[in-house]
Amino acid sequence: MSAITQSPVEEQVIKKPFLNSSFVRILRYSAVRLLTLFITVVIGIYLTIVIANMGGYVDVIMKGEIRDRITQMILTNQAYQQMDPETRQALIQERIAAEEKRVGLDVPIAVRNFRYLKNALVLNLGRAINITSDSGSKQVRLILLERLPPTLLLMATSQLFLFFSSIFIALNLSRNYGSFWDKLIIALSPSSAVPPWFYGIFLILIFAAGFKILPFGGMVDAPPPPNKFDYAVNVLKHLILPGFSLVISSFFLSVYNYRTFFLIYSSEDYVDMARAKGLHAKDIERSYILRPTLPNIITNFALLIITLWTGALFTETVFLWPGLGRTLFQAIGQYDTPIIVGSTIIYAYLLAMTVFILNFVYALVDPRVKIGE
Amino acid sequence: MLNNLRSSFQKISTYPSAIAGISVILLLVVVAIYTMIAIPYQEAITLWRGGEDVWYQNPKFAAPAWINYFSTKKYAESFAVDTANAEMQKTVIPGEGGVSTIEMIHEFEFSSDVYPQELILYFDSAFQEKQPFVSIELITPDERTVRIANFVLTGADYTYRFSQDEKLRTKLRTEDVISALFSMPDSDVPLKGTYKLVMIGSVFEPESTIDAEFVFHGQVFGWAGTDHARRDLTLPLLWGVPVALAFGLLAAIGTSVLTMIIAAIGTWYGGWVDELIQRITEINLVLPFFALLIMIGTFYSRSIWVILSATILLSIFTGGILGFRAVFLQVKQSMYIEAAKAYGASNMRIIFKYLIPRMIPLLIPGLVQSVPAFVFLEASLAVIGLGDPVLPTWGKIIQDASSNGALYKGYYYWVLEPAALLIITGLAFAVLGFALDRIFNPKLRDV
Repeated sequence: MSAITQSPVEEQVIKKPFLNSSFVRILRYSAVRLLTLFITVVIGIYLTIVIANMGGYVDVIMKGEIRDRITQMILTNQAYQQMDPETRQALIQERIAAEEKRVGLDVPIAVRNFRYLKNALVLNLGRAINITSDSGSKQVRLILLERLPPTLLLMATSQLFLFFSSIFIALNLSRNYGSFWDKLIIALSPSSAVPPWFYGIFLILIFAAGFKILPFGGMVDAPPPPNKFDYAVNVLKHLILPGFSLVISSFFLSVYNYRTFFLIYSSEDYVDMARAKGLHAKDIERSYILRPTLPNIITNFALLIITLWTGALFTETVFLWPGLGRTLFQAIGQYDTPIIVGSTIIYAYLLAMTVFILNFVYALVDPRVKIGE
Repeated sequence: MLNNLRSSFQKISTYPSAIAGISVILLLVVVAIYTMIAIPYQEAITLWRGGEDVWYQNPKFAAPAWINYFSTKKYAESFAVDTANAEMQKTVIPGEGGVSTIEMIHEFEFSSDVYPQELILYFDSAFQEKQPFVSIELITPDERTVRIANFVLTGADYTYRFSQDEKLRTKLRTEDVISALFSMPDSDVPLKGTYKLVMIGSVFEPESTIDAEFVFHGQVFGWAGTDHARRDLTLPLLWGVPVALAFGLLAAIGTSVLTMIIAAIGTWYGGWVDELIQRITEINLVLPFFALLIMIGTFYSRSIWVILSATILLSIFTGGILGFRAVFLQVKQSMYIEAAKAYGASNMRIIFKYLIPRMIPLLIPGLVQSVPAFVFLEASLAVIGLGDPVLPTWGKIIQDASSNGALYKGYYYWVLEPAALLIITGLAFAVLGFALDRIFNPKLRDV
C-alpha cells in the first residue's frame, strides 16, 4: 500500500540511498511486466495473422480474383478489341502485376505478415478487403468504430446489469443463507450451462413469433423512426430480447458464485469476532466481507470491461445485431484479414493493459500484496 | 485414496439432482449405442445427404404426428402404399388377345381438419411396344365418383401428381385440386370418411404389367416430423446423440486431462518449463477463441474432428492451468513426495503416480461441468453454418430451421426438438457436475 501512495516524484530527487527502495522495485517490475506483456501481444497477433491468412492460401484466392477481374475488364473493353492477341495478353499480364503490387501481393507472404504485424502494433489498421461500413468507407478503423456503439449498448447494459444485480442479490442471499430464495438460486444455477444465443432462440419464439410484441432481430425498424425519441424507444425495444438472453444465461450461476464466495469469507474468524463485538450488520458486510473480496470483484469487473469490446459473436449473429461480434463473423466469412487482425489487436492491447493495471490495483486494495515481490 | 473416492461417489446418492443427471446421461448413452447399431455411420450419411429419390414418400415441413394429441385441429398422417409389396390391392383380369385389365384399389380413412399436402402416384410398368393405359377415379365418402385422369404410361417409370394436373384443375374449376377433392362441392371444410382410390390399367401385351405406388403427403409425419428436404428428423435427432456425447466428452476429457498433466509437469520441473507454460497461457489469453475456431472452420476444414482438436488445443492453456498449478505447488511440498524423492523415484513416476492421482477429486467435477459448454459449442458452430459437412447433428437441424425461417413460418417443432435435446443433455451434465463439485470440494460442503 505504502509503495503506491508515496509520490514517485519525491523519490526521484533523492537518488542513491533509495536504490533498493520500493520505487525502483516498482519501476523494474513495471518494465519487465510491460515487456513480457508486449511480447505476448506480438506473438498472439502474429499467430492470428498467420491463421487469418490461411498460411498464404488467402493470397491464392485474391490472386485468382484479380486475374479474373482484369482479364474480364480488358476482354470486354471495346478499345482493346482491335489489338492482336499477343499484345493484349501482355497488357493483361502487366495490369495484373500492377494490381497485385497495389494490393501488396508481390511481396512474399512471410515478409507481408511482418508488415501486417508492424502496422497492427502501431494501430495502423489499413483498409478492409471486402467489408464496407454503412457510410461507405473501407477503412478498418471506421468500420470498427461504426460497429462499436451497438456492441457497447448491448454489452454494457446487459453486463453491467448482470454484474451489479448479482453482487447485490448474492449479498442478500449470503445474509439469508439456507432460505427459500437461496435454495432456488442453487437449484437454478446449472441453467447457465446453456449459452445466451440459445435462450435467444426461445425468447424469439415466445415474444416475437408467439406474442408478436417484440421484434425478431436487428437494432432498429426499417425505415427507422424519424424523431429522436421514437428512435430511442425503438432501439430499446430491439435491445430487450438480446440483452435479456445475455443476462439470463449467466445470472443464476453468477449469483451462486458470488454468494458462495461471500459465504466462505463470512465464515472467517475475524467476521465472527466483529459480530461478537456487536458491530452493525451493514458495517460487517462493508468492512469485513466486501473488503477482502474486493480484488476478486475488481478482477471480474475488469474482465467484464474487456468483454464489452469483443461483443457477443453468436448472440449478435442470432439477433442480427449490427455489432462487432457479427462483423467479425462476416469478416471471417469473406476472408477479410484486416478486419480480423484489427479487432484482435485492439482486444489484445486492452487485455494487456488491463492485466498490467490490475497488478497495481491489487496492491492498492490489498495491503498484503506487494508489487514485484 | 480409493476408499476416499468411493465414499465420495456414494454420497452422490444423497443428491436427487445428481441421480437424475446420471440417469439421463445413461439413457443418452444407451440411445447413442442403439443409434450407431441401428443406423450405421455410412447409412446415416447416405440418408442425411439423400435427395428426393430417398425421401419422396415424406411431405415437406411436416410436424411430428404426436401434435394431434395436443391440437384441437387434427392433421392428416402421411402414408405410402405399393402394389409391389401387396400393401395395395391389385387384381389382374385377363382378357382376349393379350389385352388384360389391372385393377388397383386403395381405401383409406381421412378424418383430419386440414387438407393433405399432395397425392402422388408412381407407376412402374413393363411393356415391349404397346404402352399401357391408366384411368384414375376417386370415390368420396358421400359416394360421388370423381374422375381424376386418363393417361398413357409413356415410360417404364411414370409419375402423376394430383395438384399439378392442369386438366383436373379446369375440370374441378379450382386452382387447389387437393382441397377440392377432399371436400363437398362448394364447401371449404374437409369431408371426413373413407375414400377409395380406383386405378384401372389396361395392358396390351401378354407379358406387360403395371405396379403403382400411392404416396399420400399429409401434414404430419412420424415421431419427429420432416424438414425442407423431406428428411425424417428422427435421423439427425438420433444421430445427434452420439455426436454430441462424443464431442462433449472427448473435448472435456482431452482439455482437463491435458491441462492437468501440463500443469503437473510445469510445477514439478519449475524453472523455465513453468515459465514457458505461463507465457503460453498468457498468449492464449490474447487469442480470440471463437474467432480462431470460426477461421479454422471457414478456411481449413469443417470436419468435427478438426474442430474438436482445435477446441482442445485452444482450451488447454487457460485459467484452469493456474488452478491446478496452485494445488500442485502445495502437493509438491508433502511428505510423501519427499519420501518418493528419497527412495529415488524418477520424475515421470512422481508426476504420474504421485502428483496426478491426488488431483482426480478436483478434476472430476470440473470435467463434468465443462461438458455442456462443449456440447453447445458444437451446436453454436453448426448454427452459424460451420457444422460438420456430412454428419447429421442437432446444431445442423437448428441451422437448417433458421435458414428456412422456421420461427417466422411457425415450424416450431423444427427448432424445439433439437433444442430440447440439447438442453436435456447440457442440464444433465451441469446438474451432475454441480453435485460432484459440492461433494469433492470440502469448502463448498457446508455452504
